Amino acid sequence: MSDIVLAGVSVAYDGEPVVRDLDLTVASGEWLALIGPNGAGKTTILRAIARLVSFRGEIRIGGRAVTELSSRDVARKVAVLVQEPQMPAGMTVAQYVLLGRAPHLGYLGKESSRDRRIVRDVVRRLALEELASRPLDRLSGGERQRAAIARALAQQAPVLLIDEPTSSLDVGRQQSVLELIDQLRKEQELTVIAAMHELTLAGQYADRLALLVGGRLAAIGSAAEVLTEPAIAEHYRAQVKVIQMNGSGTAVVPVRN
Amino acid sequence: MLSVQVGAAAVPPAVLAGMPRLRWGWAGAGLLALAASCGVGVLVGPVHIGVGTVVQTLVGGAVDPGQANILWSLRFPRVVLGVLVGGTLAIAGAAYQGVFRNPLADPYLLGAAAGANLGATLAIAFAPGTSVLGVNVVPLAAFVGAGAAVSGAYALGRSVTGLRSATGLILAGVAIAAFFNSIQSYVQQTQTSSIRQVYSWILGRLVTAGWDDVLLILPYVLLSVVAIYLHRRLLDALTLGEDEVTSLGIPVRRVRLIVVVAATLGTAAVVAVGGTIAFVGIIVPHTIRLLVGRSYRVVIPLSVLFGAAFLVLADAAARTVVAPAELPIGVITAFLGAPFFIAVMRSTRAAAL
Repeated sequence: MSDIVLAGVSVAYDGEPVVRDLDLTVASGEWLALIGPNGAGKTTILRAIARLVSFRGEIRIGGRAVTELSSRDVARKVAVLVQEPQMPAGMTVAQYVLLGRAPHLGYLGKESSRDRRIVRDVVRRLALEELASRPLDRLSGGERQRAAIARALAQQAPVLLIDEPTSSLDVGRQQSVLELIDQLRKEQELTVIAAMHELTLAGQYADRLALLVGGRLAAIGSAAEVLTEPAIAEHYRAQVKVIQMNGSGTAVVPVRN
Repeated sequence: MLSVQVGAAAVPPAVLAGMPRLRWGWAGAGLLALAASCGVGVLVGPVHIGVGTVVQTLVGGAVDPGQANILWSLRFPRVVLGVLVGGTLAIAGAAYQGVFRNPLADPYLLGAAAGANLGATLAIAFAPGTSVLGVNVVPLAAFVGAGAAVSGAYALGRSVTGLRSATGLILAGVAIAAFFNSIQSYVQQTQTSSIRQVYSWILGRLVTAGWDDVLLILPYVLLSVVAIYLHRRLLDALTLGEDEVTSLGIPVRRVRLIVVVAATLGTAAVVAVGGTIAFVGIIVPHTIRLLVGRSYRVVIPLSVLFGAAFLVLADAAARTVVAPAELPIGVITAFLGAPFFIAVMRSTRAAAL
């Protein structure tokens, strides 16, 4: 089980509160999108779940408090895809994906042939085989994103936290990356929490959306429930038209008066 | 042609390409280079000694006692020290580059040598002949001094320019080194009774070195090299962003601390016998990155082999260029290393390591 429960979670950077008293429950196998204007605390919530930042309150994954786990145990449960993964020049794709096995090794341990087999399978699954020995700095934007996903998958963690998965991709690549994440979620029964700024895409791919404003939960529910014209006008200060597209989701379209 | 392709596709490769590993060919090349340089180091000198005599001496055959004496008391220890000093400086350079994510990091440019010199000078001047738990206090003081210099350079570089700047850390190291050198010169000049001993420490004793010096630094060098070698996989992981490494369950701070302590310990030890030998930690790891690959699984072990070979050769050159006089070995490494350093500075700029 990899359900996630946040109870009364608060995070502050240098005394400045960023997330305030947040309660949130994510079911095992669910995709939850965190949406909200810049500075709402989306990234910080992801960092708190992965225990990359200290917090008050309680965060439980599969019933266990993350504060009671070692950092290696957290890494075995939670894989993180940061917004702009650092891709060291000269490192090959295979070597990069292999780093995802780190949580399964001892401190000074070496990868076993099993680890290498898992990496090979992940690389094949993401159709990166041709690129396996290519240096990361010679990949296109879409290929880099696939390599980053492969590294996270090699971790074999049941929870995948993603910060802005589509931020620097064109519309076609945005769709293919999100489709890929959704397929992987279903294949491997992953629980996905993703900070997303594209509201239409968030509504199409996530099971539920959590709208955050100023570190607090302003609304949570299905796309139809959360993506409303008054809510977006109030919290994003944006003029939008929300269109329900019979069976293919909720479109949020900016309008100009 | 077509059938070959079909056959290749039908049997997918069991091993994925691009996995980091040290190829036997390169390891063999490193060992060969080391053996060849040791051969040169043993044969070069004011007294001609043939290959046959060297081999006979090593296997315990009958040779001229005078020549055997030269080999056993002068040339062999000197070559062995060159191996230890070169291997340690190169691996320490690679380790500092990995931990500080800075392609310009070098044990000397970070102020480690200046710190070791100051620590040793203070110990020689104010606590001569003291030992702590049976260990001579001078190497310990050198280690403390080197550690103070490196942590000072790190703290200063970070507070002034941030860690993103490769040159900030080096400038901080140069400033720390200048400051430590000034204190060291002051102590050296005012404590005239110990000036000879201090000089012999600072200039290095490769020229007069014997087996005593080998035994003095061997434990520190072994500890340093083994510790860094065991962390080579983790040094690769440190090239990721801070959140990414941490989210892989790797204790980033512990890794950094252990590797820096190990590199500083090794540097402090070899400074004791080598004197000022700069740039080995830049030249060797970067050449390996260019020729072989950037993974620390390759860079770390090859740095030891090629660093050792490089220093033994540089030492042989230092002995022959102006024979019968000798150049300080640091002159050779700086002559080659400074232009190399500038090339690295130009080419890598902000490239993350």
